[in-house]
Parts: sequence; structure tokens; C-alpha cells
Amino acid sequence: MPETAVADAATGVSPRELARRHGLTSSGRLLGPVEYSRQLWGYRHFIGAHARAKTASALGTTNLGTLWQVLTPAINALVYYIIFGVVIGTGGGMKNFIPYLCIGVFVFGFTQTTVSQGMNAITSNLGLIRALHFPRASLPLSVALVEIRNFITAMGVLVVIVLISGEPITLEWLLILPIMLLQMLFNMGMALGGARLGSKMRDIKQLIPFIMRFWMYGSAVLYPVTRFTDHLQGWKLHLVEANPMLVFIELYRHALMEDIQLAGSPRLLWTEAIIWAAVISVGGFLYFWRGEKGYGRG
Amino acid sequence: MADNERVPTVIADDAHIIYKIVGAIGTNQNSPLSAFKRVLTRTNSANIREVHAVKGVSFVAYRGEAIGLIGSNGSGKSTLLRAVAGLLPVAKGAIFAAGQPSLLGVNAALMADLSGERNVELGCLAMGMSPSEVKARTKEIIDFSGINERGDFASLPMRTYSSGMGARLRFSIAAAKQHDVLLIDEALATGDAKFRRRSEARVRELRAQAGTVFLVSHSEQTIRDTCERAIWLESGSIRADGPTEDVLKEYETFSKK
Repeated sequence: MPETAVADAATGVSPRELARRHGLTSSGRLLGPVEYSRQLWGYRHFIGAHARAKTASALGTTNLGTLWQVLTPAINALVYYIIFGVVIGTGGGMKNFIPYLCIGVFVFGFTQTTVSQGMNAITSNLGLIRALHFPRASLPLSVALVEIRNFITAMGVLVVIVLISGEPITLEWLLILPIMLLQMLFNMGMALGGARLGSKMRDIKQLIPFIMRFWMYGSAVLYPVTRFTDHLQGWKLHLVEANPMLVFIELYRHALMEDIQLAGSPRLLWTEAIIWAAVISVGGFLYFWRGEKGYGRG
Repeated sequence: MADNERVPTVIADDAHIIYKIVGAIGTNQNSPLSAFKRVLTRTNSANIREVHAVKGVSFVAYRGEAIGLIGSNGSGKSTLLRAVAGLLPVAKGAIFAAGQPSLLGVNAALMADLSGERNVELGCLAMGMSPSEVKARTKEIIDFSGINERGDFASLPMRTYSSGMGARLRFSIAAAKQHDVLLIDEALATGDAKFRRRSEARVRELRAQAGTVFLVSHSEQTIRDTCERAIWLESGSIRADGPTEDVLKEYETFSKK
């Protein structure tokens, strides 16, 4: 007979009681949100290294390598220019429609890829999750970081496009920095929330392309935002214009372009952007944190 | 026996572990029509199947013990270790542990497209080391793994490694850290004789620092050499728990049948 089992039976202590007496903790214990974010901060180098590794391994097998980080947004812009600028002409006589369109496409693409990649952050790294201990939020955050890097490169391309189209450089361009910061926070929240959703309800992933396309058409990416004011009124208009992506896109356009018609006053747009960024980043973080101990099952 | 002086480090209290497997679609269930029927009749069990891998395991492990886990393939040994490490949630019951147990396995996933060096960096950071610590240890880890014995393999992508080299590198990364409770999953069986000697020495070192060592292995010799206590798992439940020699004898008679 095992000695240990005899010893326990003799003292008559339940395992739970024994664990408590010696200060053992359950392996699946959930930390508080503050403690968790502190732990996450300790893993910032891992997040950075993981993001770098992902970019490297995604482009590592191509000949042009990191050159694709510049080429992809440039080609993207070219496609939209040909279809919407030259062939269809959705600008409807609006002057300087190309930079207007490109800003929308790039800014929306930033959130779109973050969300769709974030959905896979947990499910595509199950091997790592089942082998090592680290705060799981590192994975969606590393996804967000990869996309932030790509977006900064894309912004370089975008600035060139805007300058070629004849927009002057003004002090307002500096507003891009706070907008980017807000959108990054928003995206991190979306990636965190999406990661838990994607790991729990795998069917959702099949719907994401449709949801994102619907969202894009509702965010005045491919046509001037004034189309909404022309066709909608009252609460419907308010609802459409509270769309966070529309708000972000409008703020970028406001910063980069002269005399364009916005969806609302800049003050209103800024307030909405700040509220969206705060709500989604905190909400996404808390939602992800609640599920921390369940990742890696199944 | 001085029972009151023994400090428990891992306690499993009637632990159950259930895998939920999504996408295990059987034959004749592949058409959209049958999927629709499943949704309508609410029998989603065809798509999600449950595997009850560990069924009510209880044991107490004490500081200074080395415990070998034996059992046939698929008996739940690795699953149990993962649960002790807190990497898999328990469905019922509980597992308590001192500090943060670390699992040292050959399956630790690394990124195949990255060079060995970058994988060392990533793995160490994931274990919670600081960047300066990582920088200081990288060379040591690569030397220990011996992947550079046939040229500069550390800077090549991991997909170019032989399976033995990959396993050696993974073991070396995981063994670079100190652990309270150390869980070793088949890691000693990897690599050639030379590497095995080196890794056994490393495990003894780690065991001296660690409180408790768990070892899963199919090599009875390894269990005999390193463990004084053994737990025999069969289809998810404990068949025997006690001194290595006794348990191994029982296991041998069972597997010869």
C-alpha cells in the first residue's frame, strides 16, 4: 500500500483542508484584474518578441520580405483607385476624392485585420498555450501590435498619396497622433474581446467577413459621408453616425484634408472617439480576463 | 515516519479532466443537410464530443519526492501533468499546488519558421525571464542543446531541424529555468545517448532545487533511476500508488498479459 495514502487516512484530514493548511493554491486560480494587468506588463517583452516573430514568419518565405509591408497598402490603394475613382466614380463630383477614399480604406483595414486576426489569436496558438504559462492576453495584444506596426507603414504610404493629391501640410496633421492612439486602444479591446469570442464560439469566425463588410459599408469608406445626411434623418442618422469606425475615419480625414464636409462637429467626433476607445478597451480587457483560465481546453 | 514534518506540494482531490473536441464529425454527417438536422433536433453531440481523460484522481505529493507516472498509451498521464501545471482546467474536483508548477515537455510548441536562436528568445520570454537574462542565457541554452555541433544550425529556421534536434532545443529551453514543482513529460527519452546523459544530469540538478519532480516516461529504467515513488494510471484512474519497485512489478505483470 502507498505510505502516503495510509498517512492521510490516519490523520483524517481532507485534501482540501490539507491544501489550505499548507498554503497551496488551486492551479487554476484567477488573478484580479489589476494584478493581472501588472503581470501582463511584466510580459511586455514577450508580447513584442512574439509580434516580431509573427511578422518575420509571415513574410519570411517571400522573396521581397518586409518590402510587402509597403507594397500591400500601396496595391490596396491602387485597386480602390481604379474601381471607385476611375471606373465607378462614387465620389459624385466631390473634389479630391482619392485621398478621401484611401484614408477610409486604410483606417478601416487597420481595425478589420486586427479583429479577424484577433479572433484567431487563441485558437491558432493552442500549442503554446498548453505548453507554457503566460498571461493569455499577450496573444491578442501581440496581434494588435503586429497590425499597429503594419498600419504605421501604411500611414507612410497614405501620407504620400495625400501629398501627391495636392493637400497642403498643416498643423492639423499632428492630430493624427492622438487619433491613432485612440484607434489603437479601440483595436486592442476588439482583439481581446474577439479572441475570447473566437475561442468560445467558433462558428462566429465564419460570419466575421460578412459582419466586417456590412460594417465597412456603414462607415462611409467608399462614398462621401454626406450621403447619410442626404438620405437619413433623426435617430437613424444619429445611430449611423455614432459608428466608431465612421468617427475614426472622419477624424483622420479632418486632420489630413482641407475643407471637407464632416459627419459632425470635430468636438462631437472627438468626444465619441474617446468614449468608444475607453469603453471598448476596458470592456474587451475585462471580458477576456474573465475567461483566462478556460483557454486551451478542447 | 515523521509525517508531521512532510510538506505537501501537490494535492489532487478527485480530479476529473474532460476534453471537449469540436469538429469530430463522424461518417455520414458531412452534408449540410445532416448539419441542419442536428441543429433542428438539438443533437449537437455529433459535432462536439467529450473525452473523459482523467477520472477522479487523488494523491498527495510531498517536498523532495520524485514521482514517476506510468501507464499504457492514452491512459491520461500527460493530461494529468498538464492539469497539475494549470494548463488544462479540471472539470470536477481540484488540484492544489505550491507556487507555479512548470511543465517540461517535448511538445512545447515553437515557431517553425523562426531560427533556433529566436525561438530560444521567445521561449525564455514566455517563461517570464527578463530580456537581459535571456541575452545572458541564450548561448548557454544553445550549447546545452548541442544543435550547433554540426554547423551553425541555431540561425536556421526550426523547420529545417531533425525531430531529435527540435526536441533537444525545446528541452534545453524549458530546463533553463528553476522550478518549485517540476513536471517532466517524456523529455528524457529524446535525443541520442550523449544528450540523454546530459539531460539526466540536468534533471537531477533541477530536482535538487525543485520541491517535487513528476516524471512521465515509458522507459522503466528511467523511472527506476530517478523516482522512489510511482503512480500507475490506467484509463484515467489510479491503479497503484507506492514505492517504484512494487508498482513497476504490478505494472509488468499487467502489461505482459
